[in-house]
Amino acid sequence: MIRLIDVHKEYDNGTKALKGINLRIEDGEFVFLVGPSGSGKSTIIKLLTAEITASKGRVIVNGYNLGNIRRWQIPHMRRTLGIIFQDFRLIEKKTVQGNLEFAMRTVGASGREMRKRIPYVLDLVGLEDKADVYPNEMSGGEQQRVAIARALVNNPKMIIADEPTGNLDPRRSLEIMTLLERINAMGTTMLVVTHERDLVNRFSKRVVAIKDGEMIRDGQGGYYRA
Amino acid sequence: MRRLNLGYFIKEGFSSIFSHGLMSFAAVCMIVACLIIMGSFSLLAINVDDMLKQLEEENEFLAFIDEDYTENQIRELMAQVRQLDNVGQVEYITREQAKADYLKGHESEGLYVNLPDEVLRDRLSIHVIDLERFSETVEAVKALPGVANHRAASEVAEGFVAVRNAVTALAMVLVAILAVVSLFIIANTIRLATFARREEIAIMKMCGATDGFVRWPFIVEGLILGLMGALVAFFLQWGVYVAVGSALVENGANALFSLMDFGLIWKRVLGIFMLSGAAIGAVGSGFAIRKFLQV
Repeated sequence: MIRLIDVHKEYDNGTKALKGINLRIEDGEFVFLVGPSGSGKSTIIKLLTAEITASKGRVIVNGYNLGNIRRWQIPHMRRTLGIIFQDFRLIEKKTVQGNLEFAMRTVGASGREMRKRIPYVLDLVGLEDKADVYPNEMSGGEQQRVAIARALVNNPKMIIADEPTGNLDPRRSLEIMTLLERINAMGTTMLVVTHERDLVNRFSKRVVAIKDGEMIRDGQGGYYRA
Repeated sequence: MRRLNLGYFIKEGFSSIFSHGLMSFAAVCMIVACLIIMGSFSLLAINVDDMLKQLEEENEFLAFIDEDYTENQIRELMAQVRQLDNVGQVEYITREQAKADYLKGHESEGLYVNLPDEVLRDRLSIHVIDLERFSETVEAVKALPGVANHRAASEVAEGFVAVRNAVTALAMVLVAILAVVSLFIIANTIRLATFARREEIAIMKMCGATDGFVRWPFIVEGLILGLMGALVAFFLQWGVYVAVGSALVENGANALFSLMDFGLIWKRVLGIFMLSGAAIGAVGSGFAIRKFLQV
């Protein structure tokens, strides 16, 4: 669950990135966050992952009020999220299995938990036979599936995908988005940041559009105009 | 720290040393250089201190006894002197012995041969334990009844103390400065190594890793590099020390300044090197990683 209540963000250089954003995303929802470059999408993601704090207003993520969260609580808040990036951000020197173990180990999972969870997640993303492969031996689409698997492996309440199809061709993009939709259908809340109009139009989901730091649309249905 | 994590931290610490071999090598070289410079200054200070201690041990002064004192009174006086604070060995020298010793030093001068014993006084040769309290001890002995006069080289004693204090203070200041400089150099070297892994750290943080979980493998890595550097520095320091000692002997300078046997101090040197190396490596890593934890 996400709540943004009258959120403003002004950076040190004076840039006003967000101007009074109000947003409520319930558990289990699938939401597209769209908007042109520089509209404030990345700022919202950074606020939700506690990389930055709001200048004004309240940000609540999965029960954590990020305005007064203590530093030691931030890792625990992040464990309720799975984050997917446009550039995958996989560790090149580790295999697929190694990347997932790495993510699970950071939250203190045992070897037994890893042996049980990793094959399940790899199967879910369609990479059951790629556990011992290194990321640079895989296609972009496969690498993004590994990133999705890594986001899922700690069983988060919500996945935040920041331009997950930005580096992929249309066919792979559709596959990835379909996979995210399937994961959402299993109960994981999904917030997907994108500016790919065709892809958004293809899925009948809630679309939140922002421009120049202000929300210009929040409605059901695929169509949007940036 | 969970047992599972401890094993993981040690494994990660070791593996990152080898996966970033060149940076690890650079860090070890920096630690070796810093420890050898610090070690050389410390060894110089230890040797100067040892030399001054030897000179101090020879330090004594004479208390001349009242001519009217009987043998028994002299024994009593000796007991009183021995009870004084900061007094080591006390030796009673009769006027006959004093004359004989005096003549030994002036054998070629027949002039003194017929010197009557009564010209000299019975005396006590008194060793001082702490040279810094030399004057105070002389005054205490002087104040005792039966002590007619004394002969003490207070200026020489004070000179020894001043030299020792200056050398110790200089060495301490230099070692402290070098320790701080080393820490910064090591921190920067490890920061360079860490910079290449900032993406890895960012991923860990985004997955919900705590600062401690991210930091510990780096601290273990720094600790191992520090210990490796300390070991290499110890053997190099040993070689340099022995070489300098040999050079002093060859040049005949050992009469003026001779080095302590390394066999007497190697355990202390190794211990200090290992502790310093481990501390510099671990603390340097801790400093280096701080910036990258702000994710």
